[in-house]
Amino acid sequence: MSASVTGRVVRDENVAKSLGRRRRVSDRVVRTLCWIAAGVGLFFLASILVTLVALGYKGLSPSVLTHITLPPGSGGGLLNAIVGSLIQTGLGTLIGTPIGLMVGTYLSEYSAGSKLGDVVRFVSDILLSAPSILIGLFVYQILVSPFGGFSGWAGAVALAVIVIPIVVRTTEDMLRLIPTALREAAMALGAPKWKTIVFVCYRAALDGIMTGVLLAVARIAGETAPLLFTSLGNLNWSLDMNHPMSSLPVTIYQYAGSAYEDWTQLAWVGALLITVGVLALNIVARFALRKRN
Amino acid sequence: MTEVNAASLGTVVSDALAAAPASEAVPLRPKRGASTGDAVFALVAKGSGLLVLVLLGAIIVTLFVGGLPAFREFGFNFLVNTDWDPVQNVYGGAVAIYGTLITSVIALVMAVPISFGIAVFLTELAPAWLRRPVGTAVELLAAVPSIIYGMWGFAVLVPFMATYIQPPLIDMLGDVPVIGDLFSGAPFGTGIFTAAVVLAIMIIPFVSATMRDVFMTVPAVYKESAYGLGSTTWEVMRSIVLPYTRSSVVGGVMLGLGRALGETMAVTFVIGNANRITPSLFGPGNTIASIVALVFPESPAGSLKLSSLLALGFILFVISFIVLALSRLLLRPGVRT
Repeated sequence: MSASVTGRVVRDENVAKSLGRRRRVSDRVVRTLCWIAAGVGLFFLASILVTLVALGYKGLSPSVLTHITLPPGSGGGLLNAIVGSLIQTGLGTLIGTPIGLMVGTYLSEYSAGSKLGDVVRFVSDILLSAPSILIGLFVYQILVSPFGGFSGWAGAVALAVIVIPIVVRTTEDMLRLIPTALREAAMALGAPKWKTIVFVCYRAALDGIMTGVLLAVARIAGETAPLLFTSLGNLNWSLDMNHPMSSLPVTIYQYAGSAYEDWTQLAWVGALLITVGVLALNIVARFALRKRN
Repeated sequence: MTEVNAASLGTVVSDALAAAPASEAVPLRPKRGASTGDAVFALVAKGSGLLVLVLLGAIIVTLFVGGLPAFREFGFNFLVNTDWDPVQNVYGGAVAIYGTLITSVIALVMAVPISFGIAVFLTELAPAWLRRPVGTAVELLAAVPSIIYGMWGFAVLVPFMATYIQPPLIDMLGDVPVIGDLFSGAPFGTGIFTAAVVLAIMIIPFVSATMRDVFMTVPAVYKESAYGLGSTTWEVMRSIVLPYTRSSVVGGVMLGLGRALGETMAVTFVIGNANRITPSLFGPGNTIASIVALVFPESPAGSLKLSSLLALGFILFVISFIVLALSRLLLRPGVRT
């Protein structure tokens, strides 16, 4: 206790004692603040979940899943919104995943040391955090405005653009975890590089890649802003991808701001459903990844 | 099973070979089909990589082209004009740009200390059994969709601010000379400050997860040496971990800032939607993202109004791009969150 961390030798016994006390106190204070910070984080998560359950469960009934959105007062549900969300999320994932997979493969297997690879990784990371509303505006400009109208396809494409960087990230990370010896073994057996990648690397990294896809699905399932400019929302039953299409987040947005009590109630039910779904997907994805590690 | 696959794929490849021109043969490889397959696969992979670059370029170009009529009409004034007047057909972006920057900065000021605390908690303080659940919970906070934050903010935070936070602050600080203006006005609950609080909660998980990952890269030997010399946890954090990770920590903070700048739905619910700059932090306002989301439905295609929104979108993209690019450059390569 006679030397402080800075290496200064403290000779006076009293000074040493008070210095030790000050160090202990400041350490105690910071530790306490860190515990509080963690508590604050947990508190907000809990508050959001409690609010959703408290305000959403009252409206939970089978009619939510069996009826489509109807005018206020006539007991509608969210069926068209849920189906629309499933379709657009599904198609967005189907379009975005192969592209993301190939980009991730390129970054991990083909771009070693190349300038282009660094640039692609950099740009993909930027897209990962780019404001989703701008992706909506972008798709509005290239698909909605020139082709005469809002459509389910435009919504799916906007979501696909969000999926790509997420899948790129996990695919690259997962492929990099595969030992080089495995690739060399496949090569030594005479497998060409692409077969090595498809039949050895993808297979070894499958659960990790799937985790990335699940996280991407969880992310786009709750996206609202890009859909406002692309699939717009539709209060009628419509599976036509060439027309405006309903989606759960957009319907929640429209209903939450309305003046009708049954609509705001439905908005909370929708919010509860979507949050439970998204968080469940996240937990499943994390669990799968943990098993792997 | 692999053999069957390999055999059937072999025929596929040789079929493809028959159709496609043979590429240069690699001497050590017995099958010439293999190199064609490789060439095609490599081409598809590289093409996909290029597609990502094209995507970013296309986003920038389409937003700029869409905003061009507004830039032409208003010129540089667009950035400083605070009018948003559909009747006169005059649009300025200053209010939204100011709102975007001020909400994000206030959010950062609130979120960074809490995120730092959470990261220290997760790397140094928490007992082993608590780390995983708390870490997962914080990550789940990041997974909650933005619109849910908006609804929660409107239903819970707005009344709370209007009752417990804003009135005492207005009473206490409203009459203080210089800073009084910041805390004046009526306690509506909505407004710039509330939006900043929601943004802070939303970026805490991103910043704290990055900081945690960054702190984990500090070699254990450094920390153990300091602990061995008698350092307290706080001294180890301040004198060993932070200096070692400084640029990455700033990178993580920038990442949070990038997220906050473009956040749409959460802000739209609580910001109060007013196109004027009020000195008070409790006053209503708009951010670029919120004005785009709110005004878009009433902006016909081809109108100057829509073009102004796209111009604002372009400005937001440029700001986010700079912030996110800085964040990537500052984060050490091994740390990717």
